[in-house]
Amino acid sequence: MTQSAARSGLLFSGSDWDFPLLSRAYDAIEAIAIEDLHLDVYPVQMEIISSEQMLDAYSSVGMPLMYRHWSFGKHFLHQELLYRKGGRGLAYELVINSNPCIVYLMEENTMALQALVTAHAALGHNHFFKNNHLFRQWTDASSILSYLDFAKRYIAQCEERHGLAEVEAILDAAHALMDQGVFRYHRPPKLTSEQRREEIRERLEYEEQSYNDLWRTLPASKDGKDDEPDDSATERKETLNLPEENLLYFLEKNSLVLEPWQREILRIVRVIAQYFYPQRQTQVMNEGCATFVHYTLMNTLFDRGMIGEGAMLEILKNHSNVVFQPGFDDPRFSGINPYALGLDMMQDIQRIVTQPTAEDRDWFPDIAGSGDWREVLLDAWANHRDESFIRQYLSPALIRKWRFFVLADTADEPFYEVASIHNERGYEKVRSALADSYDIGATRPNIQVVDVDLLGDRQLRLQHKIKDGIVLEETGCDATLRHVRKLWGYDVSLAGVNMETGLAVYERTASQIGD
Amino acid sequence: MPIFIDRRLNPKDKSLGNRQRFIRRARNELKRSIREQVRSGKIADVDAEHTVSMPANGTSEPSFSDARDSGRRRHVLPGNKHFAPGDRLPRPAPGMPGSGPGLKEMEDDFRFVLSREEVLDLFFEDLELPDLVKVNLKEILAFKPRRAGFTATGSPTSINVGRTMRNSHGRRIALKRPKLEELEAIAREIAAHEKGAPSVAARERIAALKVELDRLERRRRLIAYVDPVDIRYNRFDAQPVPNANAVMFCLMDVSGSMGEREKDMAKRFFVLLHLFLKRRYDATEIVFIRHTHQAQEVDEETFFYSTQSGGTVVSTALEEMRRIIGERYPSSEWNIYAAQASDGDNFATDSERCIALLDGEIMRLCQYFAYVEIIDERESHIFGSTENGTSLWHAYEAVSAQWPNFQMSRIATPADIYPVFRQLFTRQPDQQGG
Repeated sequence: MTQSAARSGLLFSGSDWDFPLLSRAYDAIEAIAIEDLHLDVYPVQMEIISSEQMLDAYSSVGMPLMYRHWSFGKHFLHQELLYRKGGRGLAYELVINSNPCIVYLMEENTMALQALVTAHAALGHNHFFKNNHLFRQWTDASSILSYLDFAKRYIAQCEERHGLAEVEAILDAAHALMDQGVFRYHRPPKLTSEQRREEIRERLEYEEQSYNDLWRTLPASKDGKDDEPDDSATERKETLNLPEENLLYFLEKNSLVLEPWQREILRIVRVIAQYFYPQRQTQVMNEGCATFVHYTLMNTLFDRGMIGEGAMLEILKNHSNVVFQPGFDDPRFSGINPYALGLDMMQDIQRIVTQPTAEDRDWFPDIAGSGDWREVLLDAWANHRDESFIRQYLSPALIRKWRFFVLADTADEPFYEVASIHNERGYEKVRSALADSYDIGATRPNIQVVDVDLLGDRQLRLQHKIKDGIVLEETGCDATLRHVRKLWGYDVSLAGVNMETGLAVYERTASQIGD
Repeated sequence: MPIFIDRRLNPKDKSLGNRQRFIRRARNELKRSIREQVRSGKIADVDAEHTVSMPANGTSEPSFSDARDSGRRRHVLPGNKHFAPGDRLPRPAPGMPGSGPGLKEMEDDFRFVLSREEVLDLFFEDLELPDLVKVNLKEILAFKPRRAGFTATGSPTSINVGRTMRNSHGRRIALKRPKLEELEAIAREIAAHEKGAPSVAARERIAALKVELDRLERRRRLIAYVDPVDIRYNRFDAQPVPNANAVMFCLMDVSGSMGEREKDMAKRFFVLLHLFLKRRYDATEIVFIRHTHQAQEVDEETFFYSTQSGGTVVSTALEEMRRIIGERYPSSEWNIYAAQASDGDNFATDSERCIALLDGEIMRLCQYFAYVEIIDERESHIFGSTENGTSLWHAYEAVSAQWPNFQMSRIATPADIYPVFRQLFTRQPDQQGG
């Protein structure tokens, strides 16, 4: 079979796969990807797994190694149930942002599917992981596996030493705060004491130079005494580096009751949350990139006569299943399919670059008609996340194609209102609303540690900045506050502050909630 | 060329630990769910896999999340057909498509399958067989051979070839037994010399070689290839096997006064007991004895489903039981359990005889005797836990006072069965209380 395939120039024929075939297919696909699309990828490690193992991998957030926790067991049972009932098929592949890039292939896949998956994961995702700035900045692909190995071992050790229940309690609490356990921004490097002195000297110098006697004549503030405690509050906030958005980090460093091993567990959960943070910000781009790559590569292979028609049909069928997007009123609708949106946007960029219309020239003067779509896409893949990508590249043509519309939803009104549709007035608004909905910073509740008086009552004060009047879901909030109190050791309060008006909306304290 | 790793043969149940942790976490919920099912469901289903519904509370993973019913949002949706800006849509019921993105709240209240073992574990948790001590005291009658190293004597069938050849090899090396190749080399050299030109030196060499050959051959004969001292046999020890057989006697009154309802409840009780015993013992047998004014041993089908008319003489069943124990289940070899279900009717003067039978013989043979009386639901408030009762109940109370391994209880509704069963078998250090 292999010989006859080789004679006809096909990479493979028939549906069975074996390792030499996989290897040949990978080499051929990789060659095209590098020459034709100029992809830049980590070396690839392909692992063949069975469907049970795929289910296992699902339940431990897709990682090959993970510490043990009941919530993974719960997810496993849930996935298994969906799978058994036929409610959900298994993914054909799983890919891990590591170096070498690990790609799991299911043994049940046919050879055509394996080729598709190779192009999709081993090249598409792989390129994205290696080149997108978020991944480059926030994740360390070469060390994640050894870190997970350490984490798994460390937690198992803790379970042995301190008991399952103790470890579980810490993990539960840490998992509850996982969303609040990531750094969103790099902070400026800490000044050394020398630099700090230098700064103070410069400031004094400046004050001397700009001395103006007029300031002295200003009346003193009315309640001069209030300055004093305020100052101390500012100072203690500064020493604790407050406000702090990364609750897990703050608790790990400053909690008053945690043992060293408990802090280490918080750190593990935090590191893992941080590792996944870029993936959550780049769903559309990541899947779009992989889908675009597999679609382009498979078509190239077919054009060159390396894939037979039967195999191509199978590939196309799977491809169209993946990028299926029902309308909002379809019973199958469950949100916007990131594969579909990503692929469409990237193909749309390809179109704009090569065959722009007058409208495109209007909207995208810098890329329309520039001719080199590869360059534009590579640049987009490297430098954007979902939110900025959509804000930058969603074209009116695509908005019309998808017939996007914006629905304004105000909780206390009995109806939704259609705010914008795909017309001249709506394009900008639709685009910006869609981009906003992919902005993780804006869609997750914004909660920060704002103050704690370590010498006083030691109450940890959290602040929730309420945007657009969206408050927290109460039961979850209370349960999470209890977890925070457990980690902090003393009382915890959460104040909701309206971002627009600056007024306090509510305040809850853990001690009031009770257990 | 990528690296390929075939992981298909790796252990599969990587998340087994997670599953166990989850089940432990959800234990109380699961227990409640299973008991509910056993109470209301069919008996035959108990001993099988169970689908349990897992309510979200207790296993929820809380986090700070936005409340769905607050604030102002904008949803971007695809597939506009005829909307124009300013159109108003009625707010659909929650969970309907179109109520915005993020229909992810599917995880609550999901159902999953527990294996039979997991079900029984949860079901019988903290139930214990009464008086297990007796099992240990029982005579040990069965033996099972178990490997126990090697020995120098034994029967030819249990020669351990590997060991033997290893010894032989060591001995041959130690005693420098000439190898066949050495002999052949000398023989070849002799032949070569004999073919070559005859000379004095050659003749001397041939003679020397022949002497050497002769010496080596003699040595080979002396040092055997396999010597009796090399031989090793597998050694087996007879391992005593503790007696782990149990027989369960189901005694039931099938006279006219026992209706379908009573029989069904009795059956549930028996099934529970059977399951329980099956978990504790390797082999569990069941003997069904039904009685009216006379008793007979029957098969399960007849026991539960055929009716017979007649009076009620309980002692006949006890006698039948005693006969069967005598014939087939010597108490030295069997753990004997008995469960009797009845509506409490008995022939007026028979109760005395029952006491005599139980006191005199049966209670000594039995590990445990459980009596459940099935009463009418309307009577349950009268009999609840008072001293009132049928003649049989009074009679058995006397037995119960005397024998710690005699337990009795009343059942009015199917929902009572499990609590009663638990009460009868609850792990308690002191069975004296009755």
